[in-house]
Amino acid sequence: MPAIGDHAPTFALPDTEGVLHEPGGASATVVVFTCNHCPYALAWHQRILDVAHDYGERGVQVLAINPNDAERYPRDSLEEMRARVKRGELADVPYLQDESQDVAGAYGAKTTPDVFLLDAQGVLRYRGAPDADHDDPAQNASFLRGALDAVLSGGEPAPAETPSIGCSIKWKP
Amino acid sequence: MRVELLYWEGCPSHPAALADLREAMSALALDPSAISVREITTLPDAQRERFVGSPTIRIDGADVQPPAGEPYGLTCRIYERRNGRVSPTPDPADLRAALVAADERR
Repeated sequence: MPAIGDHAPTFALPDTEGVLHEPGGASATVVVFTCNHCPYALAWHQRILDVAHDYGERGVQVLAINPNDAERYPRDSLEEMRARVKRGELADVPYLQDESQDVAGAYGAKTTPDVFLLDAQGVLRYRGAPDADHDDPAQNASFLRGALDAVLSGGEPAPAETPSIGCSIKWKP
Repeated sequence: MRVELLYWEGCPSHPAALADLREAMSALALDPSAISVREITTLPDAQRERFVGSPTIRIDGADVQPPAGEPYGLTCRIYERRNGRVSPTPDPADLRAALVAADERR
């Protein structure tokens, strides 16, 4: 599990069409563990998409990863992920399935959502919640945006870590 | 009136839901200490209690936002607020409405 300042684990995961995506080649990469069935993930979802839109021109890559056990939680199945993508709910953000849960384990992800911000060198610079309140869209992913602004300007995110808030990741037995 | 809040510890939403429920009961001059709070810990418990997610709030046995075909299980529950937003907890206005309706049925 990487600490702030460590190189984050690399990975290559398939999106809902089987195309592999990996972090890197960007000015910064946001890796967000999320899912279909969690109200916290859904409440914060649009704010994550807005970050992807607003920072895309600055070369920021956003990758959404669903790590949940789809056998016990069928709403997190690949078919349900694909349906959301087809409905346009992910906009241009790749929606990746971590079927083995290896990536979530390597990152030490705890909840959906759980946000990890990597700089251009793949170093973990922020980890935690998008902002302070899932129930207040005006928060506008302020933790993540602040961390992105800091990283893109060569500074240090403050805070660099906030508590992850959301549904526990549904690990396989 | 029988007011129950069922929760699963793996979902962090039940303290907020309990606070909203207590506030709604107090506002209607009902005794919040009468709320029966019960933890659901296993899938068999969830199936036996018809628990589709945490928190589940029932008033005289009726769910404050009846689930639409959700499977029983240990998970967070999705509520829709009156403003259309998704939330881990019921809309406080729905809690009040359910309490008032139950009171009127008596």
